[in-house]
Amino acid sequence: MKLNSQAMPGSEAYKANRDGHLEALDVAAAAAEKAMQGGGERSRDRHLSRGKMLPRDRVSNLLDPGSPFLEIGATAAHGMYDDAAPCAGVIAGIGQVHGQEVMIVCNDATVKGGTYYPMTVKKHLRAQEIAEECNLPCIYLVDSGGANLPNQDEVFPDRDHFGRIFYNQARMSAKGIPQIAVVMGSCTAGGAYVPAMSDVTIIVKEQGTIFLAGPPLVKAATGEVVSAEDLGGGDVHTRLSGVADYLAEDDAHALALARRAVESLNREKPFTVKWQEPEEPLYDAEELLGVVPADLKTPYDIREVIARIVDGSRFDEFKPRFGETIVCGFAHLMGCPIGIIANNGVIFSEAAQKAAHFVELCSQRKIPLVFLQNITGFMVGRKYENEGIARHGAKMVTAVATTSVPKVTMVVGGSYGAGNYGMAGRAYQPRFMWTWPNSRISVMGGEQAAGVLATVKRDGIERKGGEWSAEEEAAFKQPTIDMFEEQSHPLYASARLWDDGVIDPRKSREVLYLSLLAALNAPIEDTKFGVFRM
Amino acid sequence: MFKKILIANRGEIACRVMDTARKLGVATVAVYSDADANSRHVKLADEAVHIGPPQPAESYLLGDRIIQVALETGAQGIHPGYGFLSENPDFVDAVEQAGLTFIGPSADAIRKMGLKDAAKKLMVEAGVPVVPGYHGEDQDPALLASEAEKMGYPVLIKAVAGGGGKGMRRVDDPKDFADALASAQGEAQTAFGNADVLVEKYILSPRHIEVQVFGDGTHAVHLFERDCSLQRRHQKVIEEAPAPGMTEEVREAMGMAGVRAAEAIGYKGAGTVEFIVDGANGLRTDGFWFMEMNTRLQVEHPVTEEITGVDLVEWQLRVASGEGLPKQQDELSINGHAFEARLYAEDVPKGFLPATGTLTHLKFPEGARADTGVRAGDTISPFYDPMIAKLTVHAATRSAALRMMSTALAHTEVAGSVTNLAFLGALTRHDGFAVGDVDTGLIDRDLDALIDEPGPTMSDIGAAALCALDLLKPKGNGFTLWGGLNHFVTLTHADESVDVVVTSRGADHHIITVGEEQIEATRIHGQWKMGGDRGPRVAKAGNVVTVFAQSGLEFHVVDPLDQDAGAGAGAGVIEAPMPGLVKAVFAEAGQEVKQGDRLAILEAMKMEHSLEAARDGVVAEVLCAAGDQVEAGAPLVRLEEEDE
Repeated sequence: MKLNSQAMPGSEAYKANRDGHLEALDVAAAAAEKAMQGGGERSRDRHLSRGKMLPRDRVSNLLDPGSPFLEIGATAAHGMYDDAAPCAGVIAGIGQVHGQEVMIVCNDATVKGGTYYPMTVKKHLRAQEIAEECNLPCIYLVDSGGANLPNQDEVFPDRDHFGRIFYNQARMSAKGIPQIAVVMGSCTAGGAYVPAMSDVTIIVKEQGTIFLAGPPLVKAATGEVVSAEDLGGGDVHTRLSGVADYLAEDDAHALALARRAVESLNREKPFTVKWQEPEEPLYDAEELLGVVPADLKTPYDIREVIARIVDGSRFDEFKPRFGETIVCGFAHLMGCPIGIIANNGVIFSEAAQKAAHFVELCSQRKIPLVFLQNITGFMVGRKYENEGIARHGAKMVTAVATTSVPKVTMVVGGSYGAGNYGMAGRAYQPRFMWTWPNSRISVMGGEQAAGVLATVKRDGIERKGGEWSAEEEAAFKQPTIDMFEEQSHPLYASARLWDDGVIDPRKSREVLYLSLLAALNAPIEDTKFGVFRM
Repeated sequence: MFKKILIANRGEIACRVMDTARKLGVATVAVYSDADANSRHVKLADEAVHIGPPQPAESYLLGDRIIQVALETGAQGIHPGYGFLSENPDFVDAVEQAGLTFIGPSADAIRKMGLKDAAKKLMVEAGVPVVPGYHGEDQDPALLASEAEKMGYPVLIKAVAGGGGKGMRRVDDPKDFADALASAQGEAQTAFGNADVLVEKYILSPRHIEVQVFGDGTHAVHLFERDCSLQRRHQKVIEEAPAPGMTEEVREAMGMAGVRAAEAIGYKGAGTVEFIVDGANGLRTDGFWFMEMNTRLQVEHPVTEEITGVDLVEWQLRVASGEGLPKQQDELSINGHAFEARLYAEDVPKGFLPATGTLTHLKFPEGARADTGVRAGDTISPFYDPMIAKLTVHAATRSAALRMMSTALAHTEVAGSVTNLAFLGALTRHDGFAVGDVDTGLIDRDLDALIDEPGPTMSDIGAAALCALDLLKPKGNGFTLWGGLNHFVTLTHADESVDVVVTSRGADHHIITVGEEQIEATRIHGQWKMGGDRGPRVAKAGNVVTVFAQSGLEFHVVDPLDQDAGAGAGAGVIEAPMPGLVKAVFAEAGQEVKQGDRLAILEAMKMEHSLEAARDGVVAEVLCAAGDQVEAGAPLVRLEEEDE
């Protein structure tokens, strides 16, 4: 059934919404722009003067020209480490090489020599996680001095630290997910294992080096004086050591060799879903900025968003008259069948049961799920607790957690509390999670959190017979409100890789499509659900 | 009318003849050499017979073999086209002796016109003017002076044995004749050991105008004139009909001279009488002189067809099959103006060097007649004339036709070979040519300007880069979350390489950067614009991109994979690959060696291993001698360090 938009593009509200979204978008775009510059002009010039390509150019020249590139964590580490690690010092994303989707992880040597900050590690691991879940060949464009020493405690020892990179490489290789490394600069110490652990390694002549210890450390340890090139240059590794397989003349040659390596992978996408001819939505994506309120507190019909994302704005809504605060239904997106679960208000028991039912349907039919999050949480209060909303909510969470179909989550508004869980938040391992610039994410609203803390405090004061003025209470609450405001911002979230990136809402359809396209490189397994609390 | 004919030719003219034959319901037999096995004329014919290897002397010039094919296939007549056997009277005799019809003049007529001096005498007798001159053996200066006086000044004194301008003097004034004669004779004596000279009338502004004639063996008509003055080294480049500046009076005089020439030798079929014309002060009835007669269909016959509406091949077939002349003189008239340009695979800046190549893309413009023997995918081989096509346009007036030709050339797309397109285009824009101010020296005088190709513009480079990167019709939309992507491509054009950066801002918008220069490419309704103007058309074949600007700009896309980074690396020392016996040493200290040169032979494991230089260099020292037993890894020859 075709969705009918109630939007009034000329209206004041529409214009105000648009202005609000554009303002939020500007902030996100500025952050992305800054991240794309990498380590700043001086280090870029130094990088170029060595005959190297800038990291972003390395990525783009690996890709099929004109093909899409879905960047992951574009604003990672934004506002962290005194902004010393733009983009977390590593570019990651999914692109096409000879028509095959691949995961690319590219060190940015203009950012502190490409050394690994904690967020660099996290982003590298996130890229590998996506690659493993989506069965995407990995191409590592390596140019890194290894762990960032001042941060060694946060990058070296733990499970999800530096060592996990090589663990992942070995595990993926074992699963038949190709690992290809292109050494375009340093690969020192632990970093040496990226090329060493790869299936195929290419190294750039007189530019790439691989060694467990660099010349200074060698001199300190054994007194041996040796040049970097003689210690672990391209010639050494392709002629003597066998650590690398192909010697490249320069970056362009190395990237061409990597493309050729992908060409000979002999991989085919599995059959997963029944695609149909794509169709544009009836409504312009541009209107998303006007029809969705910029203020999260204003309710709106999520079908306005659906109408601007799915093929032909056609939406086969499931159980439309039951549990109306969750909207479920089938649609196609760029020809790919999807099941949509979206919020139209707070989640009640019926809505949660409906959503669980719908997840079961999609799992049975192996239809990927798209979650459109705008959720303040599950309904609270005696009536709801007594009827067992926790039980019904648990059904939804169980279904979402245990389904095997690919999930893609897009936060288009609020993402609060257990609502975040039920709607496939980060912890529920959607294949991808994207956020809009106007969205907010936190355990609860800042006001509510401050209110809870104030209530506890007031109780304590009053129990002791003390008094607490409204002014004092407001002053007490403000820091909490401020903290929540800062920490719930999508850039704060993206910086910490709680999601895969902030996107322009107008690109939602494309982003969802590319996410699905990547996810469907892996076969969809049969689902085995956990115990549903009935 | 014939039922079946054989065409003893190839290329465009064979196709041209077949077109008309088909129209008249005449079956055709093609003959072909190895090089033409898949060529257009073979495909077009009803039957095709292989006659030999590519060399013309062993195929298209094998008269006996061709006659045999005609007899075997039941062809009744043989059309010779032009070139090859078309003006070979012995072939004509042989054809007739075999009981077949030669579609062309008699052997006798060909012989009469074949001997240039005899032909001139014949023409004088027939009342056709010939270039006045004295070619006698008597070298008496007074006689020579009086002969010069008779033919009228200016005159040209030329050494009989001459060449290269030696012993040649132009004399404008009778009082200078004696001195000029003496110095020419002196120079001729020194240069050639023969002081004899001849004297000819000097034509100040010579034009080449020819008259198309058609005879039935007794009577002849003319189909007016063609002007072929645009020549380079006697090769016609652009021809037109009628001749610019032609008056009715002069046309009548020249036409009748042509008819007299044809009738004088009992000419049958299509022929052309060529005249040299003094164009200095307008055309005059006493200002044209017979040069020679071409006893065949001319290459440039289409311009005559366009202005007269006559299909000359049809006339040839009808007359050869015994019909009378299809039209009488008073039934023939001129309609409008036509130009023909000869499109060649040739390297104009390199002195019009004939080129070869496979035409990966070939498209002729709408609104122009294209006579061609090739299709996209065909090869211009070194064995034959490298003509790609003749483009002919026809319009009501000369200026309209010239504009049409200019446009037609601009819309002609050839990839896979260099062509003379830009040169032809420059000619159509030549100011003198535009006003009909033509003579045979025009091209040589203005050659530098005409062959000046300014090289690719940013727009050309941009289009080539987008094509090289498959961004003109991309499969994807170049989506990114934020910002654009840079794509690098290196193109080479005319041995110069250009590094291009294409910054994609989506599928329809790119910024192309070369050094400091930039141009913006945008696509609107499927049309690419470069810097706001319509972008040039392009085609890609393998790693070659052709931009259809000027004469077709060819760019090679550099593939980074076409290099071997390992070559020469760490190869300063040639080591023994395994233990063995040095059998021979070829290297000597100080010797310059090339990569791949054999430096020594090592015998090991019952095999002789040739040890080669891994890079170019100079041998620094030889560390072994024949007969040495060496260990694996032993250095045998060391090359001098390379200077970086």
